[in-house]
Amino acid sequence: MRYSAYSIIKQALSGNRLWQPAWREPEPKPHYDVIIVGGGGHGLSTAYYLAKEFGITNVAVLEKGYIGSGNVGRNTTIIRSNYLLEGNNPFYELSLQLWEGLEQDFNYNAMVSQRGVMNLFHSDGQRDAYARRGNGMRMHGVDAELLDREQVRRMMPYLNFDHARFPILGGLYQPRGGTVRHDAVAWGYARGANQRGVDVIQHCEVTGIRRENGRVVGVETNRGFIGCGKLALAAAGNTTTVGRMADLDLPIETHVLQAFVSEGLKPAIDNVITYGAGHFYISQSDKGGLVFGAELDFYSSYAQRGNLQTVEHTLEEGVTMIPGLSRAKVLRAWGGVMDMSMDGSPIIDRTPIDNLYLNCGWCYGGFKATPASGFCFAHLLAKDEPHHVARFLRLDRFERGYMIDESGKGPQPNLH
Amino acid sequence: MTSYRLDAGGAINRAQALSFSFDGRNYKGLQGDTLASALLANDQMLMGRSFKYHRPRGPVTAGSSEPNALLTIGSGARSEPNARATTVELYQGLVAASQNRWPSLKHDIGAVNSLLSPFLGAGFYYKTFMWPAAFWEKLYEPLIRKAAGLGKLALEADPDRYEKAWAHCDLLVIGAGPAGLMAALVAGRAGLRVILADEGFRPGGSLLSESVSVAGLAAVDYAGGLVSELSSLPNVTLMPRTTVFGWYDDMVFGAVERVQKHVASPSPELPVERLWRIVAKRAILASGAEERPLVFGGNDKPGVMTATAARTYLNRYGVAVGGKVAVFTNGGSGYRTAADLAAKGVEVTAVIDARAQSADVAPAGIRVIRNAGVVATNGRHRIDGLLLERAGFEEVIGCDALAMSGGWSPIVHLMCQRGTKPVWSEESQAFLAPNVGNSFVAAGSAAGVETISECLRDGAAKAASLASELGFAAHGANLPDVEGEYDASFAPVWYVPGAKDKAFVDFQNDVAVSDLGAAQREGFRHIEHTKRYTTVGMATDQGKLGNVNTAGIVAAMRGVSPAEIGTTTFRPFYTPVSFGALAGAAQGEHGAPVRTSPLHGWAKKNGASFVEAGLWYRSAWFARDGEKNWRESVDREVLSVRANAGLCDVSTLGKIEIFGAGAAEFLDRIYCNGFLKLPVGKARYGLMLREDGIVFDDGTTSRLGEHHYVMTTTTAYATDVMTHMEFCAQTFWPELDVRFVSVSDQWAQMSLAGPKARIIMSRVVQDDLSDAAFPFLAARAVTLRGGLKARLFRISFSGELAYELAVPAGYGEAVADAIMEAGRDEGICAYGVEALNVLRIEKGFITHNELDGRTTADDVGLGRMMAMQKPDFIGKRLSTRFGLTAADRLQLVGLKPVEPEKQINAGAHLLKEAAKPSLANDQGFVSSACYSPALGSFIALAMLKSGRERVGERIVVWDALRGMEVPADVCAPVFVDAENAKLHV
Amino acid sequence: MASLITCPHCGTRPKEEFTIRGDAAPRRPGSADRDEAWYAYVYIRDNPKGRILEYWHHAGGCRRWLVVDRDNLTHEVFGVVDAADFQRTEAAE
Repeated sequence: MRYSAYSIIKQALSGNRLWQPAWREPEPKPHYDVIIVGGGGHGLSTAYYLAKEFGITNVAVLEKGYIGSGNVGRNTTIIRSNYLLEGNNPFYELSLQLWEGLEQDFNYNAMVSQRGVMNLFHSDGQRDAYARRGNGMRMHGVDAELLDREQVRRMMPYLNFDHARFPILGGLYQPRGGTVRHDAVAWGYARGANQRGVDVIQHCEVTGIRRENGRVVGVETNRGFIGCGKLALAAAGNTTTVGRMADLDLPIETHVLQAFVSEGLKPAIDNVITYGAGHFYISQSDKGGLVFGAELDFYSSYAQRGNLQTVEHTLEEGVTMIPGLSRAKVLRAWGGVMDMSMDGSPIIDRTPIDNLYLNCGWCYGGFKATPASGFCFAHLLAKDEPHHVARFLRLDRFERGYMIDESGKGPQPNLH
Repeated sequence: MTSYRLDAGGAINRAQALSFSFDGRNYKGLQGDTLASALLANDQMLMGRSFKYHRPRGPVTAGSSEPNALLTIGSGARSEPNARATTVELYQGLVAASQNRWPSLKHDIGAVNSLLSPFLGAGFYYKTFMWPAAFWEKLYEPLIRKAAGLGKLALEADPDRYEKAWAHCDLLVIGAGPAGLMAALVAGRAGLRVILADEGFRPGGSLLSESVSVAGLAAVDYAGGLVSELSSLPNVTLMPRTTVFGWYDDMVFGAVERVQKHVASPSPELPVERLWRIVAKRAILASGAEERPLVFGGNDKPGVMTATAARTYLNRYGVAVGGKVAVFTNGGSGYRTAADLAAKGVEVTAVIDARAQSADVAPAGIRVIRNAGVVATNGRHRIDGLLLERAGFEEVIGCDALAMSGGWSPIVHLMCQRGTKPVWSEESQAFLAPNVGNSFVAAGSAAGVETISECLRDGAAKAASLASELGFAAHGANLPDVEGEYDASFAPVWYVPGAKDKAFVDFQNDVAVSDLGAAQREGFRHIEHTKRYTTVGMATDQGKLGNVNTAGIVAAMRGVSPAEIGTTTFRPFYTPVSFGALAGAAQGEHGAPVRTSPLHGWAKKNGASFVEAGLWYRSAWFARDGEKNWRESVDREVLSVRANAGLCDVSTLGKIEIFGAGAAEFLDRIYCNGFLKLPVGKARYGLMLREDGIVFDDGTTSRLGEHHYVMTTTTAYATDVMTHMEFCAQTFWPELDVRFVSVSDQWAQMSLAGPKARIIMSRVVQDDLSDAAFPFLAARAVTLRGGLKARLFRISFSGELAYELAVPAGYGEAVADAIMEAGRDEGICAYGVEALNVLRIEKGFITHNELDGRTTADDVGLGRMMAMQKPDFIGKRLSTRFGLTAADRLQLVGLKPVEPEKQINAGAHLLKEAAKPSLANDQGFVSSACYSPALGSFIALAMLKSGRERVGERIVVWDALRGMEVPADVCAPVFVDAENAKLHV
Repeated sequence: MASLITCPHCGTRPKEEFTIRGDAAPRRPGSADRDEAWYAYVYIRDNPKGRILEYWHHAGGCRRWLVVDRDNLTHEVFGVVDAADFQRTEAAE
């Protein structure tokens, strides 16, 4: 069923009783060409692009819970492509371009809203670092502007210009950055994949990976064995758990990142803003909630909840950046588990095991990558060679000494 | 008059009238009122508009689960949006305004959405607004954003203070109703340190609003007696107006105390709110139970509220919510409300009971209609009648308020915040608190207990049990007799069939039963999908009223038990908490500590401008009269150092004192270059790597004695280096005899640089400073004229003859003054970090601009420093990986613009001449840049692909962000005195 | 664990006083070990779901490195020892 203004009116006139399910609830088939483990944003977008771009439709997405139950349903919804390094920048720019055409492409309004992303800087050194990044973006044709203090003030007069411990000197601004309605991304991809013949199978937990003669031939699940040609892991947060079923050694630690939403408020903050003297970032959703977060809780954790100290620290930075937030109220805090990689950048690659493919290490930046991650992973699965923009995101890059370390913090995952 | 204040009764102070305003009109309330009760006493039932359809709404509760009566309190910078009128304590002069309506609460244009509702069902926005593509951001989204949201944030700086505190106790009791009060009393009498926290401004909970008598007293008076005994116990802390919002690891609870939210003008001596972290050995959740609304057509009209709310307004606040009240119930609570209303002379037009049979009896004269359901309500801004259906027949009943009761849900929120889900009970027809161990237990109606007498008993028993676990001898309290209790049991009615209007499950977000149905039909069947697709439970009340009904309705639609549907995840915060309270005092200018150097005063009196450097304030430059901008000052300082001398504060460098027989070996392992053979009395430049072979930090280490060294680090990495050294010493090599301590704050350190440095320093230091006696890299203790012991290091970050002098911090300013005085005739000047930066760029010395966490020693030309013959040092092995030694890596070079006056900025990228900008053509970037007064030219340090073999090449410095393209020549990264002649004089 | 840590030297202290480094299981190889061992030490993590030994630093206290034995799903703490003692015990085994 195609969605349109016409369909809304037609359905309304018949009491909204004839809408079709957005996806089937199929029983697993005995064998698929490709099985994708993980019905989050990346798994679903991989299935969608496999079907749409590469004509591979005998595909199952296996999700142990409900689709979109991981980080695609639990993030701060920001999209941007303001990356410094050659290993990342073109990849995230492809992602942003895919976001820009996404809704028409999959016929679902994910509310892609290019509200602009402002990274504030507070010292000359930080300005120089952002200038380096912004010029790198411009090298690749990505939009970037370096704004001075007064230009930032005109856009965001409510920022703390006069009483901040670290005065705002300016900002690196990417007008094409913005936000997306996160749940709708999972649903749109699931619906689009389903329409093209992909089996999206919820409540199907993978419990083992079956290998014969060193090659992966299928997965054991709580609904029985399912055979496959290729097995694609897209289970960020639980990559290690799944990877262990195939004895993969991985450069991943799992950490918890909290995010927050305020009560609904009339429009107050128009853009996405990040604080340069800390890690705070904030935007306002179309519903009016202020959506924000800051840094990791720093310890290894698979618990999807956080500690109070991090909550307090987040709010300290928030009120320091925007004093007028003081009387807004925080409604809800949640924690998501992150695949933190050893250089802060993701992995989309083959593995040393035949027929086993890996998509992981998204740290806390996976949401914005959803379209390109699926697109490039589908490319890899279909053609057995990396997509051009993902050619640096290799599993063996650490062993070879080709880290993609945006923050320069080295091999300590909780610092990225 | 439809709702009004009764002539007598209620826990309010009739002698103390309070004036307040709502939407510009003035009203009178009483001390003890909430804003909602005061508005109802003034017959103001309409208090808000819903989120999506802008439907008129009145309060549906009398407590913190309120979804409808959200108002903005206060004005200007003190205004607080989305305050629940049902919990706001009335005070003299309170200013309240309605929200989410235009132009007025009564006449709201947005209500047109209600007419369009057939097109605006669950998830409609996912299916439309996509054509043409550009219209989403330009047209649809701005309209949606404007219509959405609730209150308006002033976005002004908050004039009030917030603070934080820790509290410790044996027992935390959450909720001061009958169970909580009795638990606190039993534990308090037994000698436990007890904290009793309650979100309300008056402890007592349901005792304040139920018409029972306890121990022969009115319940409210009995509560008063308990409270006064608790207040008299020194080991019990009563915390009213305190919401426990979160349960965190290790039995730490987060709570927010509203210290001054109930006063017109807060005292500056106190915070308005205080955040508590309460560490409790044990805790009792006595948060009570929530009465469920019934889900029937038109259940959202102003005047429709829970039976408990109607009873609370009546008994606690002395307010009749209507002149003619109808009751719709599936259990005893509705009957009790009818009885209480009748007893106070309020007309009850009917008790409509959804059940076919029940033992509940209405007072004489009140019509009871069993086996019936309300299917619609009339009225616009207030209910003025209802339509009921019974056995296929319809009947209109007149009323101006409708009290509804759909059963009870224990409030288990806090217990479910740490990953444990509540458990469905068929017997109770409710989700009950999960077992989370012995440390945290539920008591009273939070534990599914129904009557006040049972709540008192349960609270006493649970407290006694926890007390004895902690080793206290607890004696059960004498439990009082309770008279006039009612049977609160009920038969669940998830959804009243035959609705002729929307039947709402989530009032604020306008989620109706039909939306839940649509979600099921369209595949959003998991309860989390249902929630996210319809937004049920996502409003400011987080589903306190609607979530259990949602589970019940979805279960009924699917023909399964609510246990199979389950609940969505409970997460902090129990009720919303202000940003200000969570931020506390560490915000704005106090957002981070301030560090100032021992020479800060010296710098200040010499005219320094300061700049933030991490937590430090460092002197950036020292402007003199007549200098028009910072560049003029910096140029003068640089030239003065090169020609004469300058004094610079370098106290912010990290300083670590290292001792022990294993110190040399330790240094040899943490630096990539050798340190075993460093002689006593000498300093050496050292480079530290991370274990991955990337440069970590640099600095100097001097050997002051056989087993005594002092290390300097960069300012930025002082803490990280210390932490790294502690990690290496404690976890890798605990057998090494080495100890160290940070002395960054103990020493004032200053650099005297320039050709005349020796002359000047000799006037201050007694020791022989001739080149022979104190050569380059000498480092040892000296005596200042006057006798002060100090340390002197002949090291240079400028390329000039230079000394770093360290004196005990308290002497810093006096010694700096003495040096300035000694150098006055030699042309000494004070110089700051800007000049320091120019001097080091001219000399090609690196900082963390170059060492950005991705560079190797070889990248910055220091590859030969790595002593690969050493058996081990941190970073040795992984530094040899192919990618870290590849020939096309970025390498440090110098850049000179072809036209000397063309500015180069750090952050610019590099292109080959005539090359088009692209990542493939990107040759590197400018890491540091400045104007060199010595050369009369802008200069820069840059990281260039295979840079060292490209000296002499012409390149384009590409700075698109600032619209600049500057041709420049690649040169070696040293611009003055490449032979180091000036260092060895 | 995420609120309070019991330092073997200082007693029970709030998390605010600590910084966290990560998994304490990997052992630094010796100079004779192969490149693969060094790569694994620096980059490969078991990342267990459940019980884990983790390095915490009492940065705002005694400045000792500690090894915290804890569950990363429930956040229960089983024990905290000084990292040097931990290393000596490991070496002895």
